[in-house]
Amino acid sequence: MSDMKFSKDHEYVRMEGDVAVVGITNFAQKQLGDIVFVELPETGRTLAKGDEAAVVDSVKAAAEVYAPIGGEVVEVNGELNKNPALVNEDAEGGAWFFKLKVANMDELAELMDAGAYTAFAEGTA
Amino acid sequence: MRYLPLTPGDREAMLARIGVPDIDALFDSVPAAVRLQGDLDLPGHKSELEVERELGALAAKNTSAGQVPFFVGAGAYKHHVPASVDHLIQRSEFLTSYTPYQPEIAQGTLQYLFEFQTQVALLTGMEVANASMYDGSTACAEAVLMAHRLTRRKRAVLSGSLHPHYRAVVETLSHYSDADVVAMPAGPEDADLAAAIDEETSCVVVQLPDVFGGVRDLSALAEAAHAKGALLIVAVTEIVSLGAIRPPGDMGADIVVAEGQSLGNGLNFGGPYVGLFATRQAFVRQMPGRICGETVDVEGRRGFVLTLSTREQHIRRERATSNICTNSGLCALAFTIHLSLLGEVGLRRLASLNHAAACALADDLTELDGVELVTPAFFNEFTIRVPGSGAEIIDQLAKKGVLGGVPMSRLMPDEGGAGDLIIVAATEVTSDTDRAAYRACLQEVLGA
Amino acid sequence: MSGEARDKRAPEPMARIERTFSGNAGLQIEEPLLFEVGRTEISGVDLPEPSNDKPRFGGLERQGEIGLPGLTEPEAMRHYVRLSQKNYAIDMGTYPLGSCTMKHNPRLNEKMARLPGFADIHPLQPQSSVQGALELMAMLADWLCEMTGMASVALSPKAGAHGELCGMTAIRAAHEAKGVKRSVVLVPESAHGTNPATAALLGYDVKAFPAREDGTVSVDAVREAMSDDVAGIMLTNPNTCGLFERDIVEIAEAVHEKGAYFYCDGANFNAIVGKVRPGDLGIDCMHINLHKTFSTPHGGGGPGSGPVVFSKALAPFAPVPFVERQGDACRLVETGEAAGDATPFGRLTAFHGQMGMFVRALAYMLSHGADGMRQASEDAVLNANYLRAGLSDLMSQPFGDQPCMHEVLFDDSFLKDTDITTHDLAKALIDEGYHPMTVYFPLVAHGAMLIEPTESESRAALDGFIAVMRDLAQSAQGGDVARFRDAPRYAPRRRLDETRAAREPVLRWRDGNVRQDDAAE
Repeated sequence: MSDMKFSKDHEYVRMEGDVAVVGITNFAQKQLGDIVFVELPETGRTLAKGDEAAVVDSVKAAAEVYAPIGGEVVEVNGELNKNPALVNEDAEGGAWFFKLKVANMDELAELMDAGAYTAFAEGTA
Repeated sequence: MRYLPLTPGDREAMLARIGVPDIDALFDSVPAAVRLQGDLDLPGHKSELEVERELGALAAKNTSAGQVPFFVGAGAYKHHVPASVDHLIQRSEFLTSYTPYQPEIAQGTLQYLFEFQTQVALLTGMEVANASMYDGSTACAEAVLMAHRLTRRKRAVLSGSLHPHYRAVVETLSHYSDADVVAMPAGPEDADLAAAIDEETSCVVVQLPDVFGGVRDLSALAEAAHAKGALLIVAVTEIVSLGAIRPPGDMGADIVVAEGQSLGNGLNFGGPYVGLFATRQAFVRQMPGRICGETVDVEGRRGFVLTLSTREQHIRRERATSNICTNSGLCALAFTIHLSLLGEVGLRRLASLNHAAACALADDLTELDGVELVTPAFFNEFTIRVPGSGAEIIDQLAKKGVLGGVPMSRLMPDEGGAGDLIIVAATEVTSDTDRAAYRACLQEVLGA
Repeated sequence: MSGEARDKRAPEPMARIERTFSGNAGLQIEEPLLFEVGRTEISGVDLPEPSNDKPRFGGLERQGEIGLPGLTEPEAMRHYVRLSQKNYAIDMGTYPLGSCTMKHNPRLNEKMARLPGFADIHPLQPQSSVQGALELMAMLADWLCEMTGMASVALSPKAGAHGELCGMTAIRAAHEAKGVKRSVVLVPESAHGTNPATAALLGYDVKAFPAREDGTVSVDAVREAMSDDVAGIMLTNPNTCGLFERDIVEIAEAVHEKGAYFYCDGANFNAIVGKVRPGDLGIDCMHINLHKTFSTPHGGGGPGSGPVVFSKALAPFAPVPFVERQGDACRLVETGEAAGDATPFGRLTAFHGQMGMFVRALAYMLSHGADGMRQASEDAVLNANYLRAGLSDLMSQPFGDQPCMHEVLFDDSFLKDTDITTHDLAKALIDEGYHPMTVYFPLVAHGAMLIEPTESESRAALDGFIAVMRDLAQSAQGGDVARFRDAPRYAPRRRLDETRAAREPVLRWRDGNVRQDDAAE
């Protein structure tokens, strides 16, 4: 997982070529509890870094998912609509939310690496 | 004081236990300068008997629907409610319980809400319904907001035959939430309605039966809305009509809102009533209000809970789908019990009786010289054109002891053309004698 | 189940029902859904055969079956009585839901609301035929104005949140009338969720700000947050922590200095009736929950009623309709044109408000009178402090042990390291025969437990509740986890799977919808 980058809002970015795969971290899914619903962005939508991109609901909480990096949404993970529990099972793997065609690679550098994020998350817990 | 269990001795002992000298010590955080000195300038407490006399005297000054030949509708209707309905809703466990936030000890409320939601969905021809809203008009405004959220557009087109009060509620909320409203000129015809729908339009709102009482097929309007990516919202103010006419869901409605007062609930001078709200399954997460859902308990037994609550204000706060916190629980219960008693055959027969009474009345009244029927197709309410001022005629009828309907000018004071129109309703409670009295008194009034 | 039509009395589907409903226990009788016991060909209402040779539906006749089951009267009585027996109620026992005010609902109120002169009159009857009703509304308005020290009242809002919408809309209209557009509303973090939701509905940006360490809002925090872009502040007083905002007069001044308005959430007005008047504190508008302060029944979640009182500054913007006295008569003003000098912001609902609730509330007010209402507020505060005194050594309070108003707030720090949560404690209370307190609200207290006994509880009832709470707190601290984890054991249902309900929403009955696990058997 060392190739992953993380935001302070608990999103991760995993680069596949010039496409960023975005989801919420394992830490975030644990904080939320049983995920019951995920609302994904429309394909084709252009997001700026920090834009509200998706919503993830547990029974008693709802959290906005922000674009950790700017770009155009090229694919969303429709599997999450059918099986939101996948976020609890495999947050940083199969339960990615959407893929972005990155607009500005420099934004990537503003995100935390795994070590920094772990320290950050432990601080918030 | 009959409602306060503490005795002076209790109060003294309790203050001692708390460790304060007197009750005012507990109000220390209230700035002394603004504390009320002495009692409010209001009378002192009264016995049950005294209160009954005082309120009874006020009640006696009103003419109740059951006392006179009564034909007033336009959004609220006089129906007969079975005695068992009022008995059941007054059971302590229904009347004096709170919102079912602790589902293990609120299955009674939750199960009837689930039954209510199912009944509303069946009646309206929609897939899902919520656990009720304040009333039909506020449900209508909420439907418009929901359409804005679903389509990400902010322009609503309102039919000219939408109840003017519903229209005003939508216009008020829209104005102060920075959304656009295009209201068609008031009138029974809205042929231009479809033409007013454009690419910025989130929804078109139409009433069925409309405020004039008229009924018509909305399928073409639904198609026209959908062609532009807009939603069709249908408002029903007389829910009994859906026992006789095609449900809006059959005609392509995306959201159906209704006033449910006619079933189980009295006229109550305008409230409390019960708003019905139904939509498509796909839109459920944008639906406002409480929703009850089925699940199981740890032993696998079926049970019910409030669900999808992340839409609501207590979790989402400023991001909630609506600021609504309450539903109309007890009125929804009355609705559900009444509809359970009626059942399919009862509702259909009730609807037929309403229609028959209205048809007979329309025939009676249009026999009079100068009285014209404006709405050729209707359910239990129709509009007549009278030779003269509708408002004056209604007042003169009232003096003769007949409450003959609603002058359209009261609902549409700005419409020049509304002056000679009267909306007249008849239901299963309208007797032959009532009809005869109306005809006779109207003849006298018109002849004078 | 196949989709074919079937006789609902046939044994096959009933067998399914019996599988779902595992059985009765004592007087706790299981009850299937209406759709499983009713039949579409049965009716509990006798109606004559309609005769109509010339229907005029314009071709819009309904085709096909709706699918609505019917019940005869005895069946309906059993069905709904059995359902009722699965509910907890004020009439059964202490219902200490903080901020909800579950006080006794006098039955005189019910009797009065059912007088035909109130219950059987139409909102659009000629005004001459409803003078008694209009007079009742005017009288209620007078009482509310006197109790709050405010200039006028809008009666039409249908519930508390609707009242908030009314008050905040008036504030927006007042700014618009001055030709000013302001974009921010201040809301403290401890506020009820309806406050930010209402402000957002009206297009305002919500700026949340924290309370100080004692749980109240400081005037300095308000001054700091104020600007020329702030339209108003929404503050609950007494606040959701059960505390009176002691800086409130200065807060009002700070708000007014910047040309903004002060909205007070009156959800907790019941603590201060007859003790202090909101109008004397500098408040511009406040909604009043008739179902809280004035004892109209909660009815399982409504109907409510949320009249809004206005200061002189906002009074002209109050919505239509409203009642005006004209000599001995009363007049209902239904349009802006008829409103004279006033400039109503519009209309909030089709008719005049919750008349049935007005009658009940006025019956309560007349019964109590000025002296009784003051006594009720004092008893509510006394009872809450008595609970506090009885529990504060075992339970923890987020803002220290200080006198509270009508409700007392605890947090979950006394449960630290017990492996028992606020949720578990609430469920354990059910097994002891009580409705739980409000939990996890306000958000400013961790694992909040907000307890409001109301004035309706006797000292003996409070002692009973204290004893049970002490026993539970000690049991939790003593490590009896099972007592909490497995609770409730004696309720009509045990803990329900809310995750399943939200993941696979089943929101209505469908013919033949058999649960997956039933089908697998």
